[in-house]
Amino acid sequence: MAKKIQPLKLKKDSYIMRFSRQWQLQTMVLPAIIFIFIFMYLPMWGVLIGFKDYNIYKGFAESPWVGLKHFRYFINLPEFPRIMKNTLGISIAKLVFGFPAPIILALMLNEVMNASLRRTIQTISYLPHFISWVIVAGFVFELLSVNNGSVNLLLRWLGIIDENINWMSRKEYFWGILVVVNIWKGVGFNAIIYLAAISGIDPTLYEAAVVEGAGKLKRIIYITLPCISTTIIILLILSVGNILNAGYDDIMLLTNMGKNGILYDVSNTIDIHVYTWGIEKQRFSYATAVGVFKSVLNVVMLYSANAISRKLSDSSLW
Amino acid sequence: MLQSRSEKIANYIIIGLLIMFCFTVLYPFLNILAISFNVGTDTQKGGITLWPRAFTTENYYVVLHDSRLLNSFFISVARTVLGTASHIFFTAMFGYAMSKKYLLNRKFYMIFSIFTMYFSGGLIPVFLLFRDLKLIDTFWVMVIPNIISVWDMIIFRTFFSELPVELEESAKLDGCNDYLYYFKIAIPLSTPVIAAVSVFNAIYHWNSWFDAAVFINNEKLLPIQTMLNNIINANTSAQMLMEMNASAQELISKRQQFTSKSLVSAAMMVTTIPIIFVYPFAQKYFTKGIMVGSLKG
Repeated sequence: MAKKIQPLKLKKDSYIMRFSRQWQLQTMVLPAIIFIFIFMYLPMWGVLIGFKDYNIYKGFAESPWVGLKHFRYFINLPEFPRIMKNTLGISIAKLVFGFPAPIILALMLNEVMNASLRRTIQTISYLPHFISWVIVAGFVFELLSVNNGSVNLLLRWLGIIDENINWMSRKEYFWGILVVVNIWKGVGFNAIIYLAAISGIDPTLYEAAVVEGAGKLKRIIYITLPCISTTIIILLILSVGNILNAGYDDIMLLTNMGKNGILYDVSNTIDIHVYTWGIEKQRFSYATAVGVFKSVLNVVMLYSANAISRKLSDSSLW
Repeated sequence: MLQSRSEKIANYIIIGLLIMFCFTVLYPFLNILAISFNVGTDTQKGGITLWPRAFTTENYYVVLHDSRLLNSFFISVARTVLGTASHIFFTAMFGYAMSKKYLLNRKFYMIFSIFTMYFSGGLIPVFLLFRDLKLIDTFWVMVIPNIISVWDMIIFRTFFSELPVELEESAKLDGCNDYLYYFKIAIPLSTPVIAAVSVFNAIYHWNSWFDAAVFINNEKLLPIQTMLNNIINANTSAQMLMEMNASAQELISKRQQFTSKSLVSAAMMVTTIPIIFVYPFAQKYFTKGIMVGSLKG
């Protein structure tokens, strides 16, 4: 009765036959593959102009090869140590303070027993993730404004300062501002993945711990953290692989596209350098070479982070 | 569960800290909202925090009559609608075909796509490519480069591969072809995932500013985020007010109570309101979206 219809296996069809039989499916894939080739693979090939002296009038093929000239120029730049210091400094500051923040938030949220209160706090916490960087930069300018910005108001009211501080024109505060803004924007959203990992922990572990008389702090240290350690390590490796991306949205918007002279010394990162020289000064070959330099270092960092993690713990990306 | 006294206290401290944190998250919105509804010259005296002191709606009146901002608002609406529609059309179709195990070359297509998630050419080669394609200084530079996302393709692929195979088999037996099945059966069954990806992509398009800042010089084509950034960075309020168009100018000269701060605040609110409006939908979907992506990604 319920006999399954088996396709008769005769001779195996040729590739072209099989391909033409599913032409409809293939035409669904084709536009995407063409798109990916043009918009993602062609620029990878375009990276080669970093090894040429690209000239708009001569075009790609006619421009002469110059080897590592642009790389050497970048590394010998008097500004080079500053750029590296800013890039690594901002990035490491963001990692050191920004990486633990969502873990702490997730651990705290997990302790809130009232489900509706927890949901409300969570909903509020990821709102900033959906707000554009332009608006966030606008918030920063207005809250830190020397003309009665809210931060100055609060600090004066608390008696911490006597006079308004012009936060955005003092070099020493800039990195701190970047770190705080990034935590404000991302902490709620980044906590989601940890909350998901925490919710996957077997509840009997906690019950057993309570029976044994373990307090809240002990349960966090001996159960929750070890259980989510794989998630933490994987995300940490990925962050280390991104260490030369100090981020550009925040820096560009807070320094008027890198043109803020006062903050230049602390805000000039590799990304800003690429933008200024590539897009504004149209030194295409040089800017491309700087971009390649960054990508190569990022890959090296990712590899070493993964290798170290595999040595020290069992978790690794590959 | 029985709790000791110290644990109860710890709970209250945690809840107290979390409520303070929520206040810090919400404060900038409330502060800018209050400033945007306050008379500009009064704001200059300081002390506006959560509530306007001298209430007015004229900041909004000026902002909504500024032709530059209105134009950029419509550019943003256009890029969001066209960008999201084209993104869903091409990426969902790609994901559907990729969900079929019998698709020839499937593995090659997958590696070809995934490779781009880890390697890219960088800003300058992309800029030169767009220049060669004559996309610089056109509206389409904000739409066309965003029609395919490998990440979203994987989300669609995961969803479509969970549809029952029997459904397709019986439809095919009745003479249904791939396109007919996709548009008449698979798409109607996948409204949740389409809605989720759409909301995210729409937010992405609405919030984008960098692509327009780099690839577009013509002020008439700038989306609202990029325009707003230019306005915020205009050096002085005089410069900013001067750049406002004639009809708004008239109003400004009539009443000397506008400041750049109050006008920028109103413009920021106008830019943010659409996001606040779709936020409840996004928030419903996005935990799901992340989970689907990370499961098989």
